[in-house]
Amino acid sequence: MRKVAIYGKGGIGKSTTTQNTVAGLVEMGKKVMVVGCDPKADSTRLLLGGLAQRSVLDTLREEGEDVELADIRSAGYCNSLCVESGGPEPGVGCAGRGIITSINMLEQLGAYDDDQGLDYVFYDVLGDVVCGGFAMPIREGKAEEIYIVCSGEMMAMYAANNICKGIQKYAESGVVRLGGLICNSRNVDNEREMIDVFAKRLGTQMIHFVPRNNDVQRAEIQRKTVIEWNPKCTQADEYRTLARAIDGNRMLIKPKPLSIQELENLLMEYGLLGN
Amino acid sequence: MSVPAHPPAAGYDSAGFPLPSAPVPESEAVRLEMLKAYPPKTRKKREKQLLANDPATPPEIGANTRTIPGIITQRGCTYAGCRGVVIGPIHDILHITHGPVGCSYYSWLTRRNLARPKPGQPVNYLQYCMTTDMMEEEVIFGGEKKLAAAIREAHAIFKPKAIAVYSTCPVGLIGDDIHSVCRKAKEELGINVFGFSCEGYKGVSQSAGHHIANNGVFKHMVGLLDEPDPQPFRINVLGEYNIGGDAWEIDALLQKCGIHVTATLSGDISYEQICKCHTADLNVVMCHRSINYMAEMMETKFGVPWIKVNFIGAEQTAKSLRKIGQFFGDQRLTDRIEEVIAQEMAALRPVQADVRSRLQGKTAAMFVGGSRAHHYQHLFKDVGMLTVAAGYEFAHRDDYEGRAVLPKIKVDADSRNIEELDVEADPQRYNPRKTPEQIAALQAGGFNFKDYDGMMAEMKKSSLVIDDISHHEMEKLIELYKPDIIGSGIKDKFVIEKFGVPCKQLHSYDQGGPYAAFTGAANFYREIDRMINSKVWQLVTPSWKKPADPALALGRGIDSPANQAVRAVVSGLAKAWKPRQAAAAAPES
Repeated sequence: MRKVAIYGKGGIGKSTTTQNTVAGLVEMGKKVMVVGCDPKADSTRLLLGGLAQRSVLDTLREEGEDVELADIRSAGYCNSLCVESGGPEPGVGCAGRGIITSINMLEQLGAYDDDQGLDYVFYDVLGDVVCGGFAMPIREGKAEEIYIVCSGEMMAMYAANNICKGIQKYAESGVVRLGGLICNSRNVDNEREMIDVFAKRLGTQMIHFVPRNNDVQRAEIQRKTVIEWNPKCTQADEYRTLARAIDGNRMLIKPKPLSIQELENLLMEYGLLGN
Repeated sequence: MSVPAHPPAAGYDSAGFPLPSAPVPESEAVRLEMLKAYPPKTRKKREKQLLANDPATPPEIGANTRTIPGIITQRGCTYAGCRGVVIGPIHDILHITHGPVGCSYYSWLTRRNLARPKPGQPVNYLQYCMTTDMMEEEVIFGGEKKLAAAIREAHAIFKPKAIAVYSTCPVGLIGDDIHSVCRKAKEELGINVFGFSCEGYKGVSQSAGHHIANNGVFKHMVGLLDEPDPQPFRINVLGEYNIGGDAWEIDALLQKCGIHVTATLSGDISYEQICKCHTADLNVVMCHRSINYMAEMMETKFGVPWIKVNFIGAEQTAKSLRKIGQFFGDQRLTDRIEEVIAQEMAALRPVQADVRSRLQGKTAAMFVGGSRAHHYQHLFKDVGMLTVAAGYEFAHRDDYEGRAVLPKIKVDADSRNIEELDVEADPQRYNPRKTPEQIAALQAGGFNFKDYDGMMAEMKKSSLVIDDISHHEMEKLIELYKPDIIGSGIKDKFVIEKFGVPCKQLHSYDQGGPYAAFTGAANFYREIDRMINSKVWQLVTPSWKKPADPALALGRGIDSPANQAVRAVVSGLAKAWKPRQAAAAAPES
């Protein structure tokens, strides 16, 4: 079983990219479980066709310790398995601790056991690496393979670089590795070239460049992944390509984060190129 | 220390210190020996906290700074200082700890701050232990609802006059807003409910908790009841927590003299007494460290002056009574005070003389609190015992060197973390108790307000002063000074007794007390006599002096082969670790 976590700046399209990629993998016949690690509990909406999921933490709170796997895990598109960690209302409690609790709960319930026959588990993690709780999937080897969703926008690259610092910290002591950057295009000038170079400087690769296409939003309105909504559209093929690239990826490295100055230089170099 | 004009009493030197019957080692040599074992960085810090005393010009001591991890400190946390020390003794309000159950359980009556029901005031909640029992669910989803429910539940059962809520570490981490929960509960229940943000991690020791507690008591209680007691000569005794019944002894003594105690902060005190304590004429301060903030704020807002007193030790008690008498300047009161002192001393002298015959020339060391390591030196002195080394656990420089250094104390980031209340004179109720002329006349007569000269000024020259003592230093101290008794706390009591030295707990008094005032002094003399002369600890053969048990052959002491082996491994790891970190952090070329 490959254990994959998707990180990236808030709003960059982690949940959308994760679910569309998972749709590509399950279409290939892979058995995949998606664990949403966001208190909003909206990481599996497209696979499930709506926010139909009871979160692990809500269930734990209502049922006490008597929780069954079936209470917190639902089958989505093409028998993908969907779990939402859930968490507190904004501004109260500790969402990071919630993620720790909920992943531990899944382990205790046997969600990762061999008899589940999983090929992949995907963690879709909220925003930046903000504190110890959100780093849970990369700590303790819960996730071994990280993909960072980014774009050519400055803040997205800053966030990606920061996440690499988190990965580097845990890569020294554990098994976690960076698998690559997924460029979710925002139609920034020289975006493809810049992210390609950025990835190389981090010691990794741009595993796929996902072009901007409003079919993604059209599918989202229908609460579907692009592949389910319209299997024949070009964007569906983009996600299939990304899914195949991840499936075939063997380049797993310890990232070398850039200094702020190096990052600024990179932006200057490529951001001004066409002008 | 003033030199007495008359020739020294038998067994005392010209400065009034008892003469030790065995030679005392040279403190600077002891100091260097203690520091020898430390790595350079630790040594640099510890050498500021470990000094040979000079009472005439106390050297600058490192105090109220962060503890070095691994020295095995005696210190407690900010929560302990707030809930456990300063506010915990108020017996008719409910104390609810918002946090995991352990913080509450382990702060439950362990300090032996006693209270007893009084006529018309039958309520005593001190035997109860209340907590919100915060668990993982509250950490994740927030604990405010559970806190609100706990306050409601406690109110329904007990119908108290007031409820105090204390934050523990996780509450600060997840950001529960206890103050808004308390505000809402206050509106809903119609009683006083207030919270303390006294998370354990907030300061370098419990001292930060004292300050937070002072602020809260001042903001939420002091001044709520403008009803002065009818008696004349009203005072508050601040920084007296009634451990083992000390406050009762002091109360009884003052009453005998005709001095009325409006409130003792906070030993055996009721909510109402605190609410009206601003109506007293004078604040007398026992433990300067834990409550000087309150004394200062009450003077600024209400005009109540404060003086430092000490009811520990017969001479000191007499001196303190006379000082209170001098403040009021009433001949009948002064005469009565002298009469009481004469009576009490007449009863005490035979006990003192008897005990001194067996203790003269013995030595003591004390490492405790923020005032006790100082005050108890006087009790030992009463029975001919010299304090060769002493230090505080959590005091600041002014408690060592005297309040004269206050303007020179550097406020570091840790202290800045604690709120300083902005207090102004109350437009209606500010009432200076003495006119400037009266104050000038008192001062001309040698009377000083806000006078605390600290511990070092009253310790013998070249005695050893150690702040926040480590276990290593304690072991060296026992080895080199061989004191006849050590006053300390539960964290090192049994380490000390395993060396064959009796240890008197001066936080909780073990099972004993009271030790304050004249009657308490007699108790203390007898107790120390019993502890030193029974020699029970010397009769025990410690395990390391018995034939070696191969299963226990780990060795002791910092230079034992076992510890050397551990250090070799640790330093090897540290070396291997550093270059790897450096390489990983190097930017890509």
